[in-house]
Amino acid sequence: MGHVSINQLDISYDTSFILNKLDLLIEDGEFIVLLGPSGCGKSTLLNAIGGLIDANGGSISFDGKDVTWADPKDRGIGMVFQSYALYPTMTVERNMSFGLRIAGVDKKKIEEKVSWAAKLLQLEPLLKRKPSALSGGQRQRVAIGRALVRDASIYLFDEPLSNLDAKLRAELRLEIKKLHQTLKSTMIYVTHDQIEALTLADRIAVMKDGIIQQLDTPYNVYNKPENLFVATFLGSPAMNCLEGTLYTERGHTTFFSNNILFDVSDYPFVKPPMNGQLVTLGIRPEHILIVEGEKEEKNIIKGEVALVEPMGSETLIWTNFNSGKALSHSASSDQFFSKGEEIWVKVDVSRCSIFDADTSYRL
Amino acid sequence: MLSILSPTRSKIAPKRTSSFQMKWGRIGIYGFLLVTALFFLLPLYVMLVTSFKGLDEIRLSSIFALPQHFTWDYWQMAWSSACTGLECNGLQVGFWNSVQILIPSVIISVMFGAINGYALSFWKIKGANILFACLLLGAFIPYQVFIYPLIRVYAEIGIYGTLTGVVVSHVIFGMPIMTLLFRNYYSTLPLELFNAARIDGAGFFKVFFVIMLPMSTPIIIVAVIMQVTNIWNDFLIGLVFAGNDNLPMTVQLNNIVNTTTGERAYNVNMAATILTSLVPLIIYVASGRWFVRGIASGAVKG
Repeated sequence: MGHVSINQLDISYDTSFILNKLDLLIEDGEFIVLLGPSGCGKSTLLNAIGGLIDANGGSISFDGKDVTWADPKDRGIGMVFQSYALYPTMTVERNMSFGLRIAGVDKKKIEEKVSWAAKLLQLEPLLKRKPSALSGGQRQRVAIGRALVRDASIYLFDEPLSNLDAKLRAELRLEIKKLHQTLKSTMIYVTHDQIEALTLADRIAVMKDGIIQQLDTPYNVYNKPENLFVATFLGSPAMNCLEGTLYTERGHTTFFSNNILFDVSDYPFVKPPMNGQLVTLGIRPEHILIVEGEKEEKNIIKGEVALVEPMGSETLIWTNFNSGKALSHSASSDQFFSKGEEIWVKVDVSRCSIFDADTSYRL
Repeated sequence: MLSILSPTRSKIAPKRTSSFQMKWGRIGIYGFLLVTALFFLLPLYVMLVTSFKGLDEIRLSSIFALPQHFTWDYWQMAWSSACTGLECNGLQVGFWNSVQILIPSVIISVMFGAINGYALSFWKIKGANILFACLLLGAFIPYQVFIYPLIRVYAEIGIYGTLTGVVVSHVIFGMPIMTLLFRNYYSTLPLELFNAARIDGAGFFKVFFVIMLPMSTPIIIVAVIMQVTNIWNDFLIGLVFAGNDNLPMTVQLNNIVNTTTGERAYNVNMAATILTSLVPLIIYVASGRWFVRGIASGAVKG
């Protein structure tokens, strides 16, 4: 069982709050990713769940049992750290069995557990080695193994892949995902890497300044960001933002910004827009499509290619429109454009995001 | 190719002068080191040759001359029959006293330093930094200030004039520097290691003995060398607290050298001095490599 509930959690350092009245409910077996820029309090939250940092207020409970003041060892958690934190003087086998040996589990059981974890993570040939004789990826696998061996119901990962190179990161990411599917235990994972967050999570908690900005599925966090911060933090290449004004007239809503006019009547407004409301329109690069020539359709605009960035699987094009601001949009890598070329694009307004300019909340 | 080569060629000329300068710089450095080494080795040389000469020879020839009638007699006298006041048992009594003081003092003070340093780096309590500052302050207060109060306290609890009193004093006076040494070493270790051990269920002493201590070899060696040298060379604490029966080797040496009756036996004095300084000397020679490694690994970095 691994149900986690955090109520009104306060953590402060000296006089400044790192986390302020934070609430978070995590279901049993869920994979939650805490995502945010450095200093947003995500690691602090994880350490508080692990019992490594004391709370100044509020409570944390696992399966309905209050563990706010419980020792880390009594919480039934396993934790994986960014710097691996393997015990350098012990072999892989002893590293993995350390927790069980302290708990006084009998030898046969320990051996069983270690070989189970070693098999799961393909560590069998490395069991007799010291951590210094392992590569970065192997070390992190051992660290994961050490967490698995403890019969935990909740696993905590503190940026486990950040010290690895890109290729290994992708491999281990996949392994962690498989692991979650096999074990079906609750996993809480801290990262600043949005790809890790989007690929691994059941739900992502996007954090900034100690506050959860949005807690939702990867799809919703990416496609329906709650506010401008979430919208711009996620997505690479980043979302285009246009500041402008909304005009409503006879059931039609239009967005106007520096000579660019979009009909946004198709946009699924949460709250009905007001005439003359100042807003920010966020358009993801993949929602601007290149069309052949000028067509009599709405939301088609003409622009001039300013810069072309081939990225392998696709090409990112920066085009100047009337607004004077360049917008980025993606094109197939088979299409070739040159600087100064005139193109027409269609903006898929229904899939854009519109934020209130004052509150920066989604409309 | 040419266009690539030509700029490098122009760079070679200044490089040559710099390597030329470096060569002379090297010669200068080695020359200076050689002279310094000779300067510091000269007294040792004089002591060695004098300890093997008879008194007549010492009086007649230059102090740098090699002994003509080589003999170990004076070393033997220094060890077993030199007189301190009325007793003529040589240095050996002091040697065994020093060993009895040294071994428990070193072990206990290093152990305390390690535990203190570990507690101060990982088990951060409120006011830990103030505590540490107070401890450091202790390192800068001269011993002399404590001597009289300590005598009173020891007399009260009955350990004045015993080996225990000397050992306790060494442990107390060694504590600040040992704590500093270990705290600085442990603060270079990642906090995550400690957190991992806590999640694995290890408590205060388990983390210390199973995780931290096995990683502390370099700093333990540095600490042991420092303590062995300090405690062996100590004169004041031994003189004040040991009482007549437990005087350490340094005090005994002083008594031998300063005995004023009759002829001054330079050869015996020299031999006795070398014998007394032999223990720290051996420690340095045997563990110099480790000492340097310990310091280089950031152990003594402030």
